[in-house]
Amino acid sequence: MLKKVLSLCLAIVMVVALCVGFAGCKSKGISKADFKLGVILLHDESSTYDLNFINAVKDAQKSLGLSDEQVIIKKGVPEGNECYEAAKDLVAEGCNVIFADSFGHETYMIKAAKEFKDVQFCHATGTKAHTEKLDNYHNAFASIYEGRYLAGIAAGLKLKEMMEADSTVVPKIGYVGAFTYAEVVSGYTSFYLGVKEIVPEVTMEVQFTGSWYDETEERNAAKALISMGCVLISQHADSMGAPSACEDASVPNVSYNGSTATACPNTFIVSSRIDWAPYVEYICKQVMDGKAIDTDWTGTLKTGSVKLTDVNTKAAAADTQKIIDEYKAKLDNGTIHVFDTKNFTVDGKELTTYLADVDDMGDYVGDTEVIKDGYFHESEYRSAPYFDLEIDGIHRINTKF
Amino acid sequence: MAATTKHSGAVKEPLIHITRRSSMAPWKGILIRAAAVVIAFLLSSVLAYLLIGADPANFLKKFFEGIFGVNAMSANLRLWKLAKDTAILLLIGLALTPAFRMRFWNIGAEGQVLISALAAVAVVIYLGDKIPKEYNWLLLLLMLVASLIAGVIWAVIPAIFKALWNANETLFTLMMNYVATYFVAYCLVKWTPDGSSVLGELPKGHLPELGNSYVLLILVTLASTVFMFVYLYYSQPGYEISVVGESQRTARYIGVNVKKVIVRTMVLSGVLCGLAGFMMVAALDHSVTVTSVGGRGFTAIIVAWLAKFNPFIMILTALLLAFLNQGAGQIATKFGVSFAFPNVVIGIVLFFVIGCEFFIRYKLHFRKRTPAADADNGKGGASL
Repeated sequence: MLKKVLSLCLAIVMVVALCVGFAGCKSKGISKADFKLGVILLHDESSTYDLNFINAVKDAQKSLGLSDEQVIIKKGVPEGNECYEAAKDLVAEGCNVIFADSFGHETYMIKAAKEFKDVQFCHATGTKAHTEKLDNYHNAFASIYEGRYLAGIAAGLKLKEMMEADSTVVPKIGYVGAFTYAEVVSGYTSFYLGVKEIVPEVTMEVQFTGSWYDETEERNAAKALISMGCVLISQHADSMGAPSACEDASVPNVSYNGSTATACPNTFIVSSRIDWAPYVEYICKQVMDGKAIDTDWTGTLKTGSVKLTDVNTKAAAADTQKIIDEYKAKLDNGTIHVFDTKNFTVDGKELTTYLADVDDMGDYVGDTEVIKDGYFHESEYRSAPYFDLEIDGIHRINTKF
Repeated sequence: MAATTKHSGAVKEPLIHITRRSSMAPWKGILIRAAAVVIAFLLSSVLAYLLIGADPANFLKKFFEGIFGVNAMSANLRLWKLAKDTAILLLIGLALTPAFRMRFWNIGAEGQVLISALAAVAVVIYLGDKIPKEYNWLLLLLMLVASLIAGVIWAVIPAIFKALWNANETLFTLMMNYVATYFVAYCLVKWTPDGSSVLGELPKGHLPELGNSYVLLILVTLASTVFMFVYLYYSQPGYEISVVGESQRTARYIGVNVKKVIVRTMVLSGVLCGLAGFMMVAALDHSVTVTSVGGRGFTAIIVAWLAKFNPFIMILTALLLAFLNQGAGQIATKFGVSFAFPNVVIGIVLFFVIGCEFFIRYKLHFRKRTPAADADNGKGGASL
């Protein structure tokens, strides 16, 4: 009997020791030499969106000192079963972290994450990490609405300059958006609020294209807005369609994803973009150190994730950079908030409460109170934007595409 | 030069002249085609060296790694992927074959497959919650029926217009592709109130996995290949297709109802495209996007054409294209070039493979320059 009890105890001790041993291994992390990063991209360099990710991965690779063999980038991966295949293939190649860049990759990344528990899966712009509750699946985004707001300030200064030079100029601006999705709504609303900060009477027309990348549609949308009397254009879509239409028509343009100054030297004012390099560095370091990655990670101006390009002094109003820096400081220290409820109205009323659809369970019903302390708390309850209000002053031309 | 001065009175023979070959041993034809693939392949490696500085040995190594993997796990994944990609291309190619044999230029497989995929997804969206989980087979059956109907509708509309009013089927089927694409875009807007137009993977309507999710697709494709071979070569409708393809007048003369054959054949095309669309949704993607078919409806045209519309040879041509795509895809990943690179390699190979048909059908004769050969002139000279 004693023997049996003893052997049982011994067995338990051994199992526990084994578990502790494995757990120990896990928290030890991975040496830099054994580390591999896999990246899944929807398109390639020809899309400004994917180019932004490629540059970020290269920057992170450089600063971490990883070799080319340690970073595998798969380009042109569609938002279907191929994404799951690509993720598995990267696991087979020995990747410890796999990062995907397109919204539609998400469910396939989750499928791979459930299958390969030892590998970390990170997804930009996704919405499901906080409800899936997997240890190895994570979402990330950035408070790009702050960048858009600052770009809006630059646009407002330009608009003000145009109105002062010519009293007949009507303060109406245009925006080319991809979809009526919260990411786009949050983007154009913050841009508009930036312009409104400088020119309070401004109105904005938004034309949607129904595609993230459609050069012809984006160009046509910009042209249509210009012919409607919009005197300044900005966009949230990934081709050169809108900026080049503005250059042709000599209409000032505020860009996105990166500078378009080379192609549009006379009309490009400034561009905001998300710099993904800090996030890529972060996930690599966490895995090497054996630390957990945040379920939702939101980059900010402070983390260096939200960036503005240099102001093109040829097109921008005087002192633009100086005034941008002033507003940036105010955002940094929290004295102003982009979505301050005093700055906008919905159907003529100031908002005191709003339930946003944060949990993304497919019900499309609001579930989380996001207005507190006098402002809309964007990108706090999950990293991806959820501001989807239609505020006064912005007119959406086509929501059915 | 010496030759012309010597026989100054004779008619000047051109440097090269071409004659049609009466016949060629099959093994020679196979050898020429294999040589074309090999030469194209070597040229691709030279191009890769010039463009991206990949040395040829490394090019070949990485290319084959793309298919055979770097370790046991990736070998397993990549070989299955190759089999799956081959199966999809083959299945769509099989759908095109009967129409092509009839000289009905159906270039609408892209749209026919896409609309079928959309129909399957629509069934999941509208009925997925209404059918209990234990009746998954019923849901799958409804998806299959919806896909087949959608595929047939998309294929038969141009066929009816062709049969009744002789409308140009090439343009018509091409346009139907765009209609399908925009119809998918419209439905996605309707089905995603958040405005993202992304459905993601749907939880319902999954086909059971036999080992892995590709096996069933591969089996369905193989069965379709055998069926199509028998249908085309050993059935009356298959024979009628061939006759209509050779000459519509002859067909009419021997009492074939040409209009009926056109419509019947395109219904068959639509059914197979419907099957492909259903398999893509139920076995692989469990979702639909505007790029779900991703150009495979057009690549399948090459699959069918290279095989001269023989279903069994199409297994090889589909395999060749999937093989090139996967190997060159690995090159693009490993050397950090655009994912358009696989298309460049495929383009070079196709150029050579299609080009070599010329040498299989025709013989080149070069004028001989030596006096000894001149005496021999008229007997043929050097040939290739």
